[in-house]
Amino acid sequence: MAAGSAVGIVGPNGAGKTTLLDVLAGAQPPTAGSVHFRGTDVTSASAADRCRMGIGRTHQVPRPFVDMTVFENVYVGATAGGRLRGSAAYERCLSVLELSGLLPVANRRAMSLGLLHRKRLELARALAAGPEVLLLDEIGGGLTDAEAEELLETIERLRRQGIAIVWIEHIVHVLVRAVDRLICMDAGRVIADGPPDEVLQDATVIDAYLGKQE
Amino acid sequence: MTTAAGLRVERWTRNSVIRSSLIGLAVLGLFAAPTVFEPAITQKLTGLWILVLMAAMWNALAGYGGLVSVGQQAFIGIGAYSTIYLTHAGVEGYTAMALAVGITAILAFLTSFVVLRLRGGEFAIAMWVVAEVFRQFVSFDSSVGGGTGISLTALGVYGPDYGRAFTYWWALTAATAALLILFFLLRSRFGAALQAIRDDESAAASLGVRVRSSKRIVFVLTSTGCGAAGAAILANTLFVQPNSIFSVQWTAMMIFMVLVGGLGTFEGPILGALILFLLQNQFGNGGVWYFIGLGASAVLFALFMPRGIWGTITERFDLRLTPIGYWVRGPAPPTARDPGLAQSDEGPPTDPPSEVAQ
Ligand SMILES: Nc1ncnc2c1ncn2[C@@H]1O[C@H](COP(=O)(O)OP(=O)(O)OP(=O)(O)O)[C@@H](O)[C@H]1O
Ligand SMILES: [Mg+2]
Repeated sequence: MAAGSAVGIVGPNGAGKTTLLDVLAGAQPPTAGSVHFRGTDVTSASAADRCRMGIGRTHQVPRPFVDMTVFENVYVGATAGGRLRGSAAYERCLSVLELSGLLPVANRRAMSLGLLHRKRLELARALAAGPEVLLLDEIGGGLTDAEAEELLETIERLRRQGIAIVWIEHIVHVLVRAVDRLICMDAGRVIADGPPDEVLQDATVIDAYLGKQE
Repeated sequence: MTTAAGLRVERWTRNSVIRSSLIGLAVLGLFAAPTVFEPAITQKLTGLWILVLMAAMWNALAGYGGLVSVGQQAFIGIGAYSTIYLTHAGVEGYTAMALAVGITAILAFLTSFVVLRLRGGEFAIAMWVVAEVFRQFVSFDSSVGGGTGISLTALGVYGPDYGRAFTYWWALTAATAALLILFFLLRSRFGAALQAIRDDESAAASLGVRVRSSKRIVFVLTSTGCGAAGAAILANTLFVQPNSIFSVQWTAMMIFMVLVGGLGTFEGPILGALILFLLQNQFGNGGVWYFIGLGASAVLFALFMPRGIWGTITERFDLRLTPIGYWVRGPAPPTARDPGLAQSDEGPPTDPPSEVAQ
């Protein structure tokens, strides 16, 4: 993927989207194949090392560090993954908290957050590590129209900063506005891949995914 | 530091500086105990600091490292027996105890390469096996009395009263040093990573935390602390026997203190140690029913108060007494949009988000 590019992934429940993301991020080993990043094979690198190389991810079901504050959650990303220290780490944290709209809850323990804030925290924490590629797993679910617009703006801003995005999302009409390539998965395989409007016209895609949903 | 929006990150607050200074003074005061109390009480209080040390170590291991071990008595025994071996080699008693701590550190480091390959229950059991191996080793060494045990005679030169006082100071210093190291570790960047591991290991890994090597550091440090506890136990009783010093009852006590006080909290284990100390003085230390009672209450706490007494209190009142955290401070009052913000026990809440793009 080129810097600043964005790929969307859609597919019915259980299609293997999260599994693919886990494999890319190093949380699960692949049963076959390999993962390459910036020209090197990173298949055997640990999740932590891949994060340090610049592969960031969010979790579909948010996994905040519940007994730490929102700021401290982000600080882990900035210091461990981002290798920052001192005021550089603080600055990174404050700026991603601002970007993700979490500054007002910065001192709250993560356990007290609702789902919307937890999803934002997933994004903020991953960003704090300074990723080059950002793997997003359904961070847009359950958003109001206004919140979805805000999220699209944030993603657009990240792309302008040169961060490449892989975004899994069920809300297709939001997703297609953010990506320039769309992949549709079903039963563990890719069934369509190309520009968003072409993929959405594809008969197998309509059959496998959209047809079943509606 | 300050950002464009006037935000800064605060670590020490006025309250926490005052609180920490008072605690520091109180600890200094504790050093005077042997000059005030009679030797029998000094000996009992030595036992309390040993309990504090052990509880803090097991808590750091299980609470922050996620490593539940039922074999930490291995290092308690190693600390005690290394002291014996060193005094036999002619080393002065208290120096031998200090060197024994170093020997425990080396053995813990080597052990870590075997046991940290295992996860969860396998690790717990493997640690018990490690303890058994060391117990067998000294049981068959007649130069340290074999299975019948041996007395620590090297401290006899100080006479019983001075000996008790020196041992008290040694144990209090060890416990204080362990807590200070733990405190500064938790305050550091590494400490944030440890707390992240405590809360969610794989999420921590996804943010770049190297879980395995972090665990190794915690394992070696806390096992070394158990070695110090073992040396102090020996100095406090002046006698050691393989079956008792390598007994799983030490781990039972540690688990009790940590679960009752609060797993993964800094203060909880200290509270747990105080409670166990009071129980020991009330009901005596030992006996089958005593340990059944300890085990039963640990289980009850695990089931009905999983965060322990301290963890429950701090969650209920959103307290954070030990200043290991970070607070974002800003000039403006909270916005109406977010009524529940900044529920800290001190200071003003955060700034509202600024509309300025980064
Ligand atoms: N390539 C594959 N081959 C076989 N099984 C797979 C493959 N990919 C994923 N699976 C299995 O499919 C199941 C569901 O996968 P996954 O959680 O990734 O789905 P998903 O697309 O993220 O679904 P959802 O939309 O509900 O989040 C998992 O149990 C996984 O082991
Ligand atoms: Mg999924």
